[in-house]
Amino acid sequence: MEDDAPVIYGLEFQVHVIDFDDENNIINKTVLLHQAGEIWHISASPADRGVLATCYSQAADSKVVTCAAVWRMPAELEPGSQESPEDAASPAHALELLCLLEPAARGSTACVAWEPAGDGKRVVSLADSHILLWDLEGSSSQATLASSASLEGKGQLKFTTGRWSPHHNCSQVATANDTAIRGWDTRTMSQIYCIESAHGQLVRDLDFNPNKQYYLASCGDDCKVKFWDTRNVAEPVKTLEEHSHWVWNVRYNHSHDQLVLTGSSDSRVILSNMVSISSEPFGHLVDDDDLSDQEERRLEEKSQEPPQDSVIATYEEHEDSVYAVDWSSADPWLFASLSYDGRLVINRVPRALKYHILL
Amino acid sequence: MAAAAAAPGPGSRPGDSPEGPEAEAPERRRKAHGMLKLYYGLSEGEAAGRPSGPDPLDPTDLNGAHFDPEVYLDKLRRECPLAQLMDSETDMVRQIRALDSDMQTLVYENYNKFISATDTIRKMKNDFRKMEDEMDRLATNMAVITDFSARISATLQDRHERITKLAGVHALLRKLQFLFELPSRLTKCVELGAYGQAVRYQGRARAVLQQYQHLPSFRAIQDDCQVITARLAQQLRQRFREGGSGAPEQAECVELLLALGEPAEELCEEFLAHARGRLEEELRSLEAELGPSPPAPDVLEFTDHGGSGFVGGLCQVAAAYQELFAAQGPAGAEKLAAFARELGSRYFALVERRLAQEQGSGDNSLLVRALDRFHRRLRAPGALLAAAGLAEAATEIVERVARERLGHHLQGLQAAFLGSLTDVRQALAAPRIAGKEGPGLAELLANVASSILSHIKASLASVHLFTAKEVSFSNKPYFRDQSPVTPVSTLCAEARETARRLLTHYVKVQGLVISQMLRKSVETRDWLSTLEPRNVRAVMKRVVEDTTAIDVQVGLLYEEGVRKAQSSDSSKRTFSVYSSSRQQGRYAPSYTPSAPMDTNLLSNIQKLFSERIDVFSPVEFNKVSVLTGIIKISLKTLLECVRLRTFGRFGLQQVQVDCHFLQLYLWRFVADEELVHLLLDEVVASAALRCPDPVPMEPSVVEVICERG
Repeated sequence: MEDDAPVIYGLEFQVHVIDFDDENNIINKTVLLHQAGEIWHISASPADRGVLATCYSQAADSKVVTCAAVWRMPAELEPGSQESPEDAASPAHALELLCLLEPAARGSTACVAWEPAGDGKRVVSLADSHILLWDLEGSSSQATLASSASLEGKGQLKFTTGRWSPHHNCSQVATANDTAIRGWDTRTMSQIYCIESAHGQLVRDLDFNPNKQYYLASCGDDCKVKFWDTRNVAEPVKTLEEHSHWVWNVRYNHSHDQLVLTGSSDSRVILSNMVSISSEPFGHLVDDDDLSDQEERRLEEKSQEPPQDSVIATYEEHEDSVYAVDWSSADPWLFASLSYDGRLVINRVPRALKYHILL
Repeated sequence: MAAAAAAPGPGSRPGDSPEGPEAEAPERRRKAHGMLKLYYGLSEGEAAGRPSGPDPLDPTDLNGAHFDPEVYLDKLRRECPLAQLMDSETDMVRQIRALDSDMQTLVYENYNKFISATDTIRKMKNDFRKMEDEMDRLATNMAVITDFSARISATLQDRHERITKLAGVHALLRKLQFLFELPSRLTKCVELGAYGQAVRYQGRARAVLQQYQHLPSFRAIQDDCQVITARLAQQLRQRFREGGSGAPEQAECVELLLALGEPAEELCEEFLAHARGRLEEELRSLEAELGPSPPAPDVLEFTDHGGSGFVGGLCQVAAAYQELFAAQGPAGAEKLAAFARELGSRYFALVERRLAQEQGSGDNSLLVRALDRFHRRLRAPGALLAAAGLAEAATEIVERVARERLGHHLQGLQAAFLGSLTDVRQALAAPRIAGKEGPGLAELLANVASSILSHIKASLASVHLFTAKEVSFSNKPYFRDQSPVTPVSTLCAEARETARRLLTHYVKVQGLVISQMLRKSVETRDWLSTLEPRNVRAVMKRVVEDTTAIDVQVGLLYEEGVRKAQSSDSSKRTFSVYSSSRQQGRYAPSYTPSAPMDTNLLSNIQKLFSERIDVFSPVEFNKVSVLTGIIKISLKTLLECVRLRTFGRFGLQQVQVDCHFLQLYLWRFVADEELVHLLLDEVVASAALRCPDPVPMEPSVVEVICERG
């Protein structure tokens, strides 16, 4: 189990690898130094758990520039190795720089996204108004710009965030700039759809439904979470208005896509059950049982009242704005949230709901 | 003691003697006493040996029927001691005396009555004797009378028989004469046009002629009559077909024809066909009134025409038909119903076309009156022709028209509402002429409210016409069942809810405007290389200005609202609180990089005790609440934006100055100044955290700069 979290910490920038032992409820933390600058965005490679990409800001010539780079954790500290946790006093290890994702035209990189199903060789970075596709070679030690595209329009357009879709053979990337959401085809680097004014204000985050290829969730400064069908972007499929301030993060559960997690600067984390638009709206229709039973089962299931979309739980452990939430990649019932004051909270999906979904 | 109770003493009253059905009761009582005696140890035999019940046949009973003085005396002498004997003797003597005196009194009292009764009886005896004589005389007289009477009737018998015969012959002769005269009479009647008379004659003669048609003379008469009748029928038909003479006369014709034995089926058809012709005429005239050109007569006149012309005609036809063809049974009634249905539907179509032309007009009273007439008129045929369902159709039309009217009014109301809103918008957007103050918000609000209210009242008044008591259709389910007016409470709740949403939206929008301003100002500035602050940034002044403007705007419409008590203090105190809290190290320790943990800890502890701020919370209907909402949104935005930036030393100081400035001016707008204080503190603390070289400005300098601004 692993959770990477950027923490602003005096003038020393660190990456903490948090190891959560589910059985004993013990949290272990490994601190890695990130010497390049303060981290604004972090994403782990899907293929190599020792590799991660960060966007960090550097003060240069009394200017702040945000760069992106790919790093490797020191081998012995890789999560999963059975080494006992470091003592807090002992000198922290530093991350090992693999390569810089340096755009030709210098701009501030807002976000780095790995190809979700790939072998960790392809990365997209968003720098100002450019979307850049990188090929990593030589075990990520070298990054070459494969292709790029840029936003055309009035004023200074800046990407704020982006997600790589796990569907369509990983050929789609969604990006957000100001109030618009755009979809890109990575093969041609051309725009495939655009949701103008997806939110009333800035779009903060996006996530793809892992099981339904056209479904996209977005959240923003208008306190709303919206669910889109990218085939018809005129209207959102569904809108949630549970938060009372900007929603910074939205995340689909990796396996049960009715579970949606949102974090907001109203200091709350909300876990919602979006049954009506999930890939398993009425539970599993087909079981392993023989076919003759199936008819009966269908009838039974039809007679049942379909469950309603609802808020499962509101977590109020944070005292300040929550800036990041994510599901565990190993246990689908576990998630963590991180707030401004550096508090990391790990929660589980309520047991009753878990059994309801499973059984 | 039981025996004493049961035995009748010598002085017992006559009523006490147990006789008849009561004889069983002592028997039972004795049994019960026997049980008691058994209990008290008295022997049964002793009890039984005593003569306990008085025997009805007891000869010793003084009052009994079988009293025998000898036996009684003998018994007394044998059984009683001397003293008792003496006692009973005196007792008896006393009783005898009493009885004697009683008897004497009775005799004296009734003596007079006896005397008068004797007199009366004597008189009666005399009278009866006289009467007997008279009765005998009466009987002999009666016998004489009977004798005479028998003789008279015997003499008159013969003549009476002859007179009767003659009378019969006379009647027959008159009948025959009638028959022989019949053809000429009929001809005359036909010539004179007295068809009714002719038909009556014919009817009277027909049966006789039928019966005696084997006699040649009668046969001839019958033939003649038939010829004449045929002519008569011909003429009647002719008249009937000409038809111009109006429904009652036609009905008469039909009646006569029926009496002449014409086939009813055919007549029925013809009658309806004629009626149809007439009614269609009416419909055509109605249609002409409708015309392609704008309708000349108003709707009331139109329905009056329709009512008197068509509906009246239909009524007449129906009444005549039912009278004439009652014998036709259900088939005839069905025919009439179909007829009425068809014509009725055409009439309704016309009425509906006419009513449709009324839709545009604003006057309900005329329409309601017209509908009322229409509905009232149709109730008569409705009763007559229940099967045709005209009344239901009429009610349906009325209902539909009423619905359309309601729709029309609703539309009107909506248009008026939109219109007044547009007016307000224009008034707001119109360029102000210098020196001339535009209408105030409160005035506009009052205008809008009063115009909406008057519109609603007018509509309600005109819609109420439909449900007025005297209108004939007001008791129909559609007009009666629905609750007359939406309850005021519902309207108020709806209005309140809308106002709340509107206000919340207003707060969001205004908050967003200021937020955008702040966000842009934070995002676009290069905070690292900024110069030492000399002034409050213009954007902050702008924020305060805008907030003041909003305050004025909202103040026009809403009350002040409630503040927390502490805010009634002067800004001086507020300021000191603010600066002192800062000096006490709300974030001062964070400037020493050596102790970053303390800062976090401190702020965390602080937050633990401060309440969570709901930024986009619903607002109340007062100025303070509205402004609190707007300021909360703005400051939270500022906070979030500041956290995304990196600040140089002077950048931090600028933020410090800006926040102090905001603190100076914003506290007066909010309900709880602690809130502004908290959020601004948070902003400065966040900026300090985001600053690699956090050196704060001296509070006194900050104050000076702010006061200068």
